[in-house]
Amino acid sequence: MLASDVLVAQNVGFAIIAVIMVIGALRVVTTKNVVHAALWLVVVLAGAAAQYILLAAEFLAVTQVMVYIGAVMVLFLFGTMLTRAQIGAEKDLNNKNGIIGLPIAVLLLATMLIALNDGFKAEKLSADAPLVSTQQVSDQIFGIYLLPFWALSFVLLAAAIGAIVLARRD
Amino acid sequence: MFSASTEAAEVILKSGWFLENAFIIPIIPAVAFFLIIFFGKKMPMKGSEFGIVSMFAALVMSIGAAYQWIQRVNGVSEETYVKPIIRSWTWWQNDGVSLGIGQHIDGLSITILVVVAFISSLVQIYSTEYLHGDRRYTHFFASLTLFSAGMLNMVVAENMIQLILGWELMGLCSFMLIGHWWEEGANSRAALKAFFTTRTGDIGLLVGTSVLFFAANDWTQKTLGVSGFSIRGLSAWALSGDPSSAAITVGAVALFIACIGKSGQFPLHTWLPDAMAGPTPVSSLLHSSTMVVAGVFLVARVYPVFYEGMNIYGNSVNFIVLIGGVTIVIAAALAFVQNDIKKVLAYSTVSQLGYMMMGLGAGAWLPAVFHIFTHAFFKACLFLGAGSISHSASHHSFDMKKDMGGLRKFMPITFSTWIISTLALCGVFPFSGFFSKDEIIDNVGYAGYNFFMIVGLFGAFLTAAYMTRATYLTFFGEPRGAAAGEHHDDEHDAHASHDDHGHDAHGHDAHAHDSHAAHDSHDDHGSHGPRESGLIITVPLILLATLALGSGFLNAPAFGEKWENLKKWVEPRAEVVSVTGIAKPAGAHGETRLAAGSEEPVDDGHSEAADSGSHSKAEAGKDGGHHYSDCGSKTPVGGVCYAPQLKHAPFKWWKAGMSVGIVFLGMILSWLLCVQLYTRKNKKLVGLTERNKALGAGYSFLANKYYLDTLYEKIIVRSIAHPISRGAYWFNQNVLDGIVNGAGTSTRKTAGWVYRNVDQKLVDGAVNGAGTSAENAGGALQPVQSGKVNQYGALLFGAAAIGALVLVIINF
Amino acid sequence: MLLNQFLMLGAVLFCIGVYGVIVRKNAVLVLMSIELILNSVNINLLAFSLRNGTPDGHTFALYVIAVAAAEVGVGLAMVLLMYRNRRSVGLDDLSEMKG
Repeated sequence: MLASDVLVAQNVGFAIIAVIMVIGALRVVTTKNVVHAALWLVVVLAGAAAQYILLAAEFLAVTQVMVYIGAVMVLFLFGTMLTRAQIGAEKDLNNKNGIIGLPIAVLLLATMLIALNDGFKAEKLSADAPLVSTQQVSDQIFGIYLLPFWALSFVLLAAAIGAIVLARRD
Repeated sequence: MFSASTEAAEVILKSGWFLENAFIIPIIPAVAFFLIIFFGKKMPMKGSEFGIVSMFAALVMSIGAAYQWIQRVNGVSEETYVKPIIRSWTWWQNDGVSLGIGQHIDGLSITILVVVAFISSLVQIYSTEYLHGDRRYTHFFASLTLFSAGMLNMVVAENMIQLILGWELMGLCSFMLIGHWWEEGANSRAALKAFFTTRTGDIGLLVGTSVLFFAANDWTQKTLGVSGFSIRGLSAWALSGDPSSAAITVGAVALFIACIGKSGQFPLHTWLPDAMAGPTPVSSLLHSSTMVVAGVFLVARVYPVFYEGMNIYGNSVNFIVLIGGVTIVIAAALAFVQNDIKKVLAYSTVSQLGYMMMGLGAGAWLPAVFHIFTHAFFKACLFLGAGSISHSASHHSFDMKKDMGGLRKFMPITFSTWIISTLALCGVFPFSGFFSKDEIIDNVGYAGYNFFMIVGLFGAFLTAAYMTRATYLTFFGEPRGAAAGEHHDDEHDAHASHDDHGHDAHGHDAHAHDSHAAHDSHDDHGSHGPRESGLIITVPLILLATLALGSGFLNAPAFGEKWENLKKWVEPRAEVVSVTGIAKPAGAHGETRLAAGSEEPVDDGHSEAADSGSHSKAEAGKDGGHHYSDCGSKTPVGGVCYAPQLKHAPFKWWKAGMSVGIVFLGMILSWLLCVQLYTRKNKKLVGLTERNKALGAGYSFLANKYYLDTLYEKIIVRSIAHPISRGAYWFNQNVLDGIVNGAGTSTRKTAGWVYRNVDQKLVDGAVNGAGTSAENAGGALQPVQSGKVNQYGALLFGAAAIGALVLVIINF
Repeated sequence: MLLNQFLMLGAVLFCIGVYGVIVRKNAVLVLMSIELILNSVNINLLAFSLRNGTPDGHTFALYVIAVAAAEVGVGLAMVLLMYRNRRSVGLDDLSEMKG
């Protein structure tokens, strides 16, 4: 395969995945069924993992699959089942804010698209850019970004404790 | 004692195992804390054995270190800078910023180490009896031990970050211990108040540390090879002439605000009397002798920063002296209107801390540190005495007017230790308080603050008077209430059912009469009336009273220079110390004293070499033949200073006599007044505050604690919290609406109409397009305080979208 | 590949997430929308990382994933508590903070 073929394949892949992700995301925020929303979210997250691979971030893609699809989604489904007696379509999922939500989202999107188009126009991601190895990432985490890492450790600890405290019956 | 020799003679500074390994001292109680938490409840003494053993181990190590430090100081001449034993390990590092953890052991830290370890040991022993059977006995000891670990860690701290670590640990333990009996609302409120008030001050600690770090780091890295957090680095930097006066002033003021909070100085002193809601051993250890001196300790620790930042020995009154002086008087005045014996002692503590601060602010470093030392003993003794009274004589009441009186017959040991400590507190010769407090007053005057010397003397007068009042009410006169053996007969029916409550229900300090129902069924003393406490309580009292009597002689300039031991051992010598080599790693040795007369710093490469002797003999003789250096007054040449040259007032008997006379005057006046008021019930005096308007106003002004609490709670908190919420509401109402409406096509009137009809789905909204959607947003923003999360989200993202739009438009 | 295609994908996902946060009433669905927002940010981070050839974006994307995990944990615990106390996870019912 020629390099240009790879490029084309990448672009085609990106387009397909992107369309699927956008459709999935729209379904997440519009569907009338909570479980369906969770499953659509899986599609979006898996798509994001695929995009990470396109962006040469394999380690993150794997992390995404494991953490999000493996753990977070299970948590969501559990949460849904613990808080909802019935699993199925419901009417009362949206509030009356739809009429403001849409304009805000559209305004935000328009602003961002204009800004992006203005800022990066047709800047290309060069195919021979130096790739980031996982080792480099780990060097950073335990090097210059050690302090955020610690802060994060505390956040996770606090979250774990907090979740237990909140959820336990007493 | 300076030698006349001109060649550099080198003296090896002695060291020893205890000195080199003093960092272990805080680790011992820290380990004990975990042992208590994990295994305490399974132990035969419910965990208290871990605490007591660890405190004794810490005490032994502290005394060992003190002994070796004295050896070290005695080994060199009086003009040699005795290097502190600094050890440092990297705690963590992050891209160029590395923080050490270690020890900085010098005279000051050793003094406080000994005090903390000693009083902690005694208080822990005392607590085994005082809290016997308490339902959170194990946790009490855990907190107490963790507190000691925090305090000891702060004392040995090598840098500011380690110091903050200990400081915060103490704050946490203070909170837990004040709220030990949190079932009662008042106690948990007091704990919260203490926590929040000290926290307000702690902002200053963080700000000050950061300011000093950023100002000093370059200099310290270049000159000493240590970070800008290092206490040694900060001290040298402050005296180097390098710092800009703005940076160091801001740093010093910010740090001092932290000290105001922690050490209960005016105007943040209000938490300390409330903190008496905790068990008495806690008041004795934390809120009188150790934790509250943390602020004083911090000032003493990085004294050069305050010396330069506050312009001590300058011509004008500085911030520290002012705060200290104000605190002395206002706290002492408050002590007169208290009926709770612990609150009298609490205000007394605040007042004494004011003395320490005033001393530090006036350059009387050593007397202030000495006062920490002596005050710890007699104040701990007074508090434990008060605890002994409530434990054995007054049914856990602390109300002097209702439940005490005439106790000297029943409690001879408590009485005599109380009297000794009271005399020490008042500063009567030859008790310890005399040597420290009088020195402070004397030195404040010597430094030129005549007004504050008078404030100090007036404070001494007030101290004598209120302590006499407390003593009279407690030990003299007729027994009243519980002290008279009253049993509240109406509640005797409940006797049988209360039998096995034991101490579980008792031990609630800080509340007086009303809760006696639970107590007076108590077998031990419910039926016996007042009696002396057991050995576990009296032995600590006796030990503390002995020290309250004797510890003053450690530094007694009254008897000549030979008696000024503490000055020799503790006060850092203000000498120019050369720094050899640039950017040595932290804690590296290699400093020698600069030999005057020779151009080159003497460096033999020996790790512990100091060169004594040769320096200018000029200027000597001003102060009893003492040597003077330029440290603190001029930029050090060819080296660095670690301590400013301090002045010492020469001891004069007439001054001491005067202040003791004032103390006696206060005692006698107060005694006469007490006899008239409380025993004879003199008609002219009793109820005077109700009859005379001016006096009544004064009384209620004092009884309401100068309305400071009202100011804080009702006015400041409200005026901050309410305007913010009102301002946010106004902002939503006016500014956001204005923006949104301006962007849309409609007028404000339409928005108002929309608001009135907001529930009506707005059928024409979709039709009118962009303009109407802005109207909708305007309509939704108006009832913005809806409490609905989604609407807050909409507000947030809407604002972000508008902000982004503005940015995009500007940049096009 | 263009840089912009990733950034725009991120922007679209972000706005869909914002829409979800605003209009959804069910707390679980709001949390899901927040996940969408976080993922769009990650795509941006990685795109810029590839463009600049530095690993910083990777590092922070990892951090974002960790924070998201923490957030979901606490968030769902809160939802559970809410459900237990009032038999509903509707955010509209939670208006005690009404000013």
